[in-house]
Amino acid sequence: MKTVEEKTATIDRRKFLKITGVSTIIGLLGGWKFVELLAPGELEATYLPKAEALTAKRWAMLIDMKKLTEETAEKCIKACHHVHNVPDVGDPKREIKWIWLERFENAFPGDEHEHMPEGMEGKRFFVMCNHCDNPPCVRVCPTKATWQREDGIVMMDQHRCIGCRYCMAACPFGARSFNWGDYRSLIKNRNSEYPTREKGVVEKCNFCAERLAEGLMPACVEESGGAMVFGDIMDSQSELRKIMREHYTIRRKPYLGTSPQVYYVV
Amino acid sequence: MFERALAGDKKYWGLVIVLLAVVGAGFMAYLVQLRLGLQVTGMSRDVSWGFYIAQFTYLVGVAASAVMLVLPYYLHDYKIFGRITILGEFLAVAAVSMCVLFIFVDLGKPMRVFNVILHPTPNSVLFWDMVVLSGYFLLNIVIGWTVLEAEKNMAPPPTWVKPLIYLSIPWAPCIHIVTAFLYAGLPGRGFWLTAIMAPRFLVSAFAAGPALLILLAMILKKFTKFDAGTKPIQTLAKIVTYCIIINVLFVAFEVFTVFYSQIPDHMRHFEYLFVGIAGYGKLVPWMWVSMIGMIVASILLVIPAVRRNHVTLAVACIMVVFTTWIDKGLGLITGGFVPNPFDRITEYWPTALELVISAGVWAAGFLILTILYKIAVSIKEEID
Repeated sequence: MKTVEEKTATIDRRKFLKITGVSTIIGLLGGWKFVELLAPGELEATYLPKAEALTAKRWAMLIDMKKLTEETAEKCIKACHHVHNVPDVGDPKREIKWIWLERFENAFPGDEHEHMPEGMEGKRFFVMCNHCDNPPCVRVCPTKATWQREDGIVMMDQHRCIGCRYCMAACPFGARSFNWGDYRSLIKNRNSEYPTREKGVVEKCNFCAERLAEGLMPACVEESGGAMVFGDIMDSQSELRKIMREHYTIRRKPYLGTSPQVYYVV
Repeated sequence: MFERALAGDKKYWGLVIVLLAVVGAGFMAYLVQLRLGLQVTGMSRDVSWGFYIAQFTYLVGVAASAVMLVLPYYLHDYKIFGRITILGEFLAVAAVSMCVLFIFVDLGKPMRVFNVILHPTPNSVLFWDMVVLSGYFLLNIVIGWTVLEAEKNMAPPPTWVKPLIYLSIPWAPCIHIVTAFLYAGLPGRGFWLTAIMAPRFLVSAFAAGPALLILLAMILKKFTKFDAGTKPIQTLAKIVTYCIIINVLFVAFEVFTVFYSQIPDHMRHFEYLFVGIAGYGKLVPWMWVSMIGMIVASILLVIPAVRRNHVTLAVACIMVVFTTWIDKGLGLITGGFVPNPFDRITEYWPTALELVISAGVWAAGFLILTILYKIAVSIKEEID
């Protein structure tokens, strides 16, 4: 009787090729099935908006600086940062902010001059993501983790973001914040309706997309006492357009061609 | 061929162990960063890229510079470079490896790095940078290895490698052009928003890379039996000379446009880097060392006697490597972020942990380089 070693030793070249050939074919077939499994199919979920959802062709924000007081502004910031679980980091170098105040000469650098009306220098303007029509952050993102909706809102997928921070370099408005550490413990009074963020991802204002879906106006607008108006800029009958017809509005750094969609009445 | 990397003298193993130790230290530091997040670095909301991305940018240039050997040898049949082409190709492999590692350690979510492939986004320059860098890595390791193996067997290289070599020639400048486009296409970053960015990247790379190669060839001559020969070194020295002079000129062109036009968005960054703004000026001494050093190196290298003497040539090459490193590896990235979009100053300086991680990546690259050079040199010694 032959031992196992002898048996294996008797496999000749022909037999060997046969075995490897057949197993390769089987392997390839299996491999092909694998490819089929991964091919894009009809499995993608569709999202149907609720009947009460607020919709627009193109959302835009108007901030009436004549009406906005520092007191109201603080209330708006607080409301926004609460509903979106924005942590209070404390360190200005590493903080997260979605909406905040900047002096005129910082928000509109180059637009200031020596002979401005009284109170203009140092006047604190609301700044946030401009939800640009031509957003450079979306252009540079290597994973489509930041993208633009049909209604103009520039969104952020914190589950896809790899934290490369290219969008932060691309944004000319300093609107984006990065989670330099795990900031979740720094959230005061957590809102369980909205997700928190892990360390290592970028975030910013989302024009309250989650509230619009529920038929609610953005949190800041609700608290602004009429100083902020949010609406459809493509709808000539909208409140937003009415104010824009009556007042001259300015935008931050329009010369860069990003077409920011936050307008200011000065 | 790889077995040649496993047999070496005490000096070789000593170097390998030292490099491994630095890699280990860097890795430990990286574990801390992985746990605590990028807050362990000096980066901030305003200066959101720092030392890692700067090293990446500099090393892409080093990698691209291999073409300065490959092009004359294969396109102009410049036989003198035949002996050292492999050194350029393997330097490129090591440099690209460091580039990839520097990008990796800079990510906030490194475990998601494959999202770049899973969700390919052709409108992102970073996507294209990944494509050209990985392609360049493969080209150089395949070409270098195959040609070296053929040399070992005293046979001509296989014919299929020729098209790859020709492909690698235009591919090399592409990696640095695409890297320049990462910065040069961003609105609102006046320091980077300049068409001369890509040409400047190329010439500073073609100065720094060959200068580093000259130094490496000198080290090899000192510690191994491999002598690159005087002629290729002298030709490389001329390449370094022309490129560093053109780089100084390009800086001057940039300075003219920025300061004659007087556009604040462009001037402010230069002011920050070279004189400081409102008392903030951590980079000022570095930038002056870089600029003056580049000019002095240019003058030195123009003098034939300085180039011919290997000691003075080495000094000039060290100056070129160091000054171009300050320019790209320190000033370029931070300078673009300061002042920030609100015209405010937030300064940046790397933390100790950031530097240890960076040292780990550099050591990993030099370990790859040491192993590849060991293989190449053993084979060259064998043939001689």
